Amino acid sequence: MASLLEVDGLYAGYGPTEVIHDLSLRIEEGTITTLLGANGAGKTTTLRALCKMIRTRGSIRFEGEAIDQLATEDIVRRGVAHVPDGRGTFGSLTTEENLRLGGYTRRDRRAAAADQERMYDYFPRLRERRQQQAGTMSGGEQQMLAIARALMLRPRLLLMDEPSFGLAPLIVREIFSIMKTINENDRVTILLVEQNAAMALKLASQAYLIETGRLVLAGEAAAFSNDEAVRRSYLGY
Amino acid sequence: METFIHQVVAGIATGGVYASLALALVMIYQSTHHINFAQGEIAMFATYLAWTLINAGVPYWVAFFGTILLAFALGVLIQRIIIRPVEKAPVLNVVVVFIGLLVILNSLAGWIFTYTIKSFPSPFPKEPPFGLSFISSHELGSIGVTLVLLVMLYSFFRFTPLGLAMRAAAQNPDSSRLVGIRVGWMLALGWGLAAVLGSIAGMMIAPIVFLEPNMMSGVLLYAFAAALVGGIDSPGGAVLGGFLVGILENLLGAYVIGTELKLSVALVLIVTVLTIRPAGLFGKVIVTRV
Repeated sequence: MASLLEVDGLYAGYGPTEVIHDLSLRIEEGTITTLLGANGAGKTTTLRALCKMIRTRGSIRFEGEAIDQLATEDIVRRGVAHVPDGRGTFGSLTTEENLRLGGYTRRDRRAAAADQERMYDYFPRLRERRQQQAGTMSGGEQQMLAIARALMLRPRLLLMDEPSFGLAPLIVREIFSIMKTINENDRVTILLVEQNAAMALKLASQAYLIETGRLVLAGEAAAFSNDEAVRRSYLGY
Repeated sequence: METFIHQVVAGIATGGVYASLALALVMIYQSTHHINFAQGEIAMFATYLAWTLINAGVPYWVAFFGTILLAFALGVLIQRIIIRPVEKAPVLNVVVVFIGLLVILNSLAGWIFTYTIKSFPSPFPKEPPFGLSFISSHELGSIGVTLVLLVMLYSFFRFTPLGLAMRAAAQNPDSSRLVGIRVGWMLALGWGLAAVLGSIAGMMIAPIVFLEPNMMSGVLLYAFAAALVGGIDSPGGAVLGGFLVGILENLLGAYVIGTELKLSVALVLIVTVLTIRPAGLFGKVIVTRV
């Protein structure tokens, strides 16, 4: 059976500078995969490339169909949600409006409204902040909102860019536990980019390691954390 | 006292026109961060279309709504064909395109409809409403049309999914794409709506200033002053600014400086706001780190 996401020989970059070189990935349905690497290795660029926010060369196939020639909004409409770095919430809109926008492309309005309530159950803090402008909320609340907004799409694949960035350890733990819940309960496949390699490897079943835009290692997440050499040279713990 | 009240009421009536055009400027500014200098000429051109329809024997209100549709299409077409290619271009390029558009529309109107001044009908009766002496029917009607327009526009942006998507697209195009909004079309829609606002402003002011290719140049200046007074990124501010400028212009013109110097009120306002409070009354003060 084909993988949910198949990437072959992907090149991507900004303007004339190429950041990602000949990258190949497989993401299986229902799994959590993590993409690790040092600062500037090209993790964020990889996620941006997968939903065509930047120029790419090479093949990207989602559910067996080529998506590398599509526009970002059409890839999103096929069920790929992206929680970008910096969260990308709409700062001057309220929490509720942000969530409504998350379900913007859905035709099943009633189910979308029910999903909105479900998001408030996942993140009770957001319910309290319903009418508050997103830009005035704390970093953790904005991250929760960004995830909730992405889930409103009912995605098949969720791309997460450093959800732990700049957040207190307690909130990071909460966000990781919610990722586990949505993976198990809602059958959402997750591709997670993280600086916090230890936590990411504990959550994920598969892992990829990239260095200066090239793939250096791929395999089971457990094998990654057990490999002393990998740990010391790439993961720094 | 009677004349004073009349000056204020007339100021509110023209103020509504300035408010509509100022709102059009703000809408384009929010999504492109540029002032559309051609906004007035789009309105003027649309008013000529209305005049053509009315002259062909079409009843006024049919022509009115027909013009709204045509103006919408004109706005969308201008965005798709002329503005889209320069979307990512530097500021100066865009400004030159806007000015080019202004000149082209102005000359086109002169070429098609000639530069002779034409009278444009008002849909409202000649005699004052309810026997009142301080307000004409056109002024009252024009205020009514503006208010209906503003309420409809507010409801559209506040309560409909499409309005919400348009606000999102103007604010954060990248994130909008990530929730599946077709940002390009939202921008085109914004241009269409701005053109509709302008066309209504044009049709309401034309009976007062008469129809000719340069009729909107003064109005655009007032609208620009209104948008700046209210804050160029604040729709509510632009509307309030429009009414303020309208009243101020009329009172100063009647009692202080005379009608000949009225237009300089707009320029003085523009310069004052830009030097003392560039963000306007309700605008956001943006601090950028360098």
